[in-house]
Amino acid sequence: MTLLTVEDLNVKFDTDEGRITAVENVSFEINAGEVLGLVGESGSGKTVTAKSLMRLNPSNAVYSSESGIHLDLESGVVEVLSLKSSRELEIVRGGAISMIFQEPMASFAPAITIGNQMVEQLLIHTSLSKRECSELSVEMLERVGIDEAGKRFYQYAFELSGGMRQRAMIAMALSTKPKLLIADEPTTALDVTIQAQVLDLMKDLVSEFGMAILFITHDLGVIAQVADRVAVMYLGGIVESGPVREVLKSPAHPYTRGLINALPKLDSLDEPLTPIPGDIPSPLERPAGCVFHTRCPEVLADRCNSSVPQRIKLGHGHSASCFAIDSKEKIA
Amino acid sequence: MTEKPLISIKNLNVEFPIGRTLFGKPPMLRAVNNVSLEIMPGQFYGLVGESGSGKTTLGRAILRAVPISSGDITFDSRDVNYDVGSLEKNDLNNYRKLAQLIFQDPYAALSPRMTVRDIIAEPLEVMGLTQTREETDERVREMAAKCRLNLEHLRRFPHAFSGGQRQRISIARTLVCNPNFVVADESVAALDVSIQADILNLLQTLQDELGLTFLFISHDLSVVAHICDHVAVMYLGTLVESAPTRKLFDNPSHPYTKALLSAIPSLDPDDSGKAQKLEGEIPSPVNPPPGCRFHTRCPLAENRCRKEVPLWRELSEGHSVACHFA
Repeated sequence: MTLLTVEDLNVKFDTDEGRITAVENVSFEINAGEVLGLVGESGSGKTVTAKSLMRLNPSNAVYSSESGIHLDLESGVVEVLSLKSSRELEIVRGGAISMIFQEPMASFAPAITIGNQMVEQLLIHTSLSKRECSELSVEMLERVGIDEAGKRFYQYAFELSGGMRQRAMIAMALSTKPKLLIADEPTTALDVTIQAQVLDLMKDLVSEFGMAILFITHDLGVIAQVADRVAVMYLGGIVESGPVREVLKSPAHPYTRGLINALPKLDSLDEPLTPIPGDIPSPLERPAGCVFHTRCPEVLADRCNSSVPQRIKLGHGHSASCFAIDSKEKIA
Repeated sequence: MTEKPLISIKNLNVEFPIGRTLFGKPPMLRAVNNVSLEIMPGQFYGLVGESGSGKTTLGRAILRAVPISSGDITFDSRDVNYDVGSLEKNDLNNYRKLAQLIFQDPYAALSPRMTVRDIIAEPLEVMGLTQTREETDERVREMAAKCRLNLEHLRRFPHAFSGGQRQRISIARTLVCNPNFVVADESVAALDVSIQADILNLLQTLQDELGLTFLFISHDLSVVAHICDHVAVMYLGTLVESAPTRKLFDNPSHPYTKALLSAIPSLDPDDSGKAQKLEGEIPSPVNPPPGCRFHTRCPLAENRCRKEVPLWRELSEGHSVACHFA
């Protein structure tokens, strides 16, 4: 069952230097109980896309008229972009959708105990009494593997280690039983050994709570381990998407291949690293045509710099937007 | 290798006082505990560990950027020989021309009010390495070209540059005074993967061209595996294993090294059933566990590990480990 449909999402920001395109024609779907990975470098628009789902972008964000975000709940379909009052927005802000941020220290209020913050959001989003909220919060802290949860409940964010804070963040996000969890680089600030623990925990929780996850990261290794499907973003657009195995084992877009080749791999120490040439263009100087053509090793003269490639279906839900893909591969 | 090491460290301890007390000595936090290692000239020496393992403190101690509590650090290039711990004013300034640092975050490391030319020229001016403005400009241009920055770039301010370009500016500034030895502290951690590979390749080219010796500090084992000749693994202030890169990755002997290796998420979605996952988190260095410092998280821990500190012993040439079971 499709839980969330994003159609032709276009987000621009009004700034002093002009109108900047952050997200362009992004469309994807997330099914209930599925983990969709969103990968891309900094500035590719992953976070803006995710924040659009909760309408958390700053007030200078402009959504184009054709953009649509539909959230399919039991109570009916919610058009996220047409929600107005803050009361209506509660549905997507902590109700049906929760978010975990990258830096757990910055996402907890420093002067309020962990417990009070957990209880506060439960009081807003559920009809439980204060006592029930406290009990549920301690239970959730225990569930995510925090020792002495009853004691931690009364502590402040600074008293917890980085990994523990991220666990508490997850407990808080899940306590309202959201349908969709947005995880924005949840393990980037953690050490590898702690990252492995948190990823395991998240995998367990998906099967236990049956929610969908939009998992944002720049680390393809993390995607390979947690995601069912993956969408690769570059300069505001999705260049390739599909089941995680297909995309990582037979990447179709030159950018995806570039990302995979640029990763240092432990099983081929002697192979030189191949960076993607050049730098990410500034959003103020968006290239015409295919946005990747300035860095693409397979660029076609006269074509890539003038027209925008269409999405080509490669079968099994795998698709990519590139002129270089041989038209024979099409299974349209 | 019959060469003499460029840097040799013996039983180094670095301690920081925690808070202040009115009477007597405040409690001390031992960030680096009894570390000995040798870095050969021309080596790309990797230092890995989790946050809080003391790798940055060790790097800074070598540069005398933190006070050394006890132990010896000697710097021995062909021309000069320094006992780093006891350097005074003049010698310390001279030493700092030879030993330099590249920072982690290229956004924080460059002054937004200076042009790129001024940023790169500053070390030359501060250390008095050039006499005239022409000479300074000449050196700046030469080093900028090596780091793939053109003349147009030199006139601009840092905000006009992307992360990768900023890191190249930062590298040019570090190398402009012709150091022998460079500490690169998490120098690619803040960069995107596509840019990271580019900077790693640049560091390797520069090392060949300029005959540099690197201490490359990182938390990312796969990066270290690609660029370093020799890797040392740190845990809670102590070295647990040290070996030539190939040996370490083919035959990791300390359970911590094994755990670090298996915690790297694999690119293959079908390869997930990893053997070793560590429980718990790194303990506080204020109160380190007795015996082997790793025993609280070690899958092999026995009674002996809780009491006896494992000795640092050599398994094969260049491959040393501190574990009772290795």
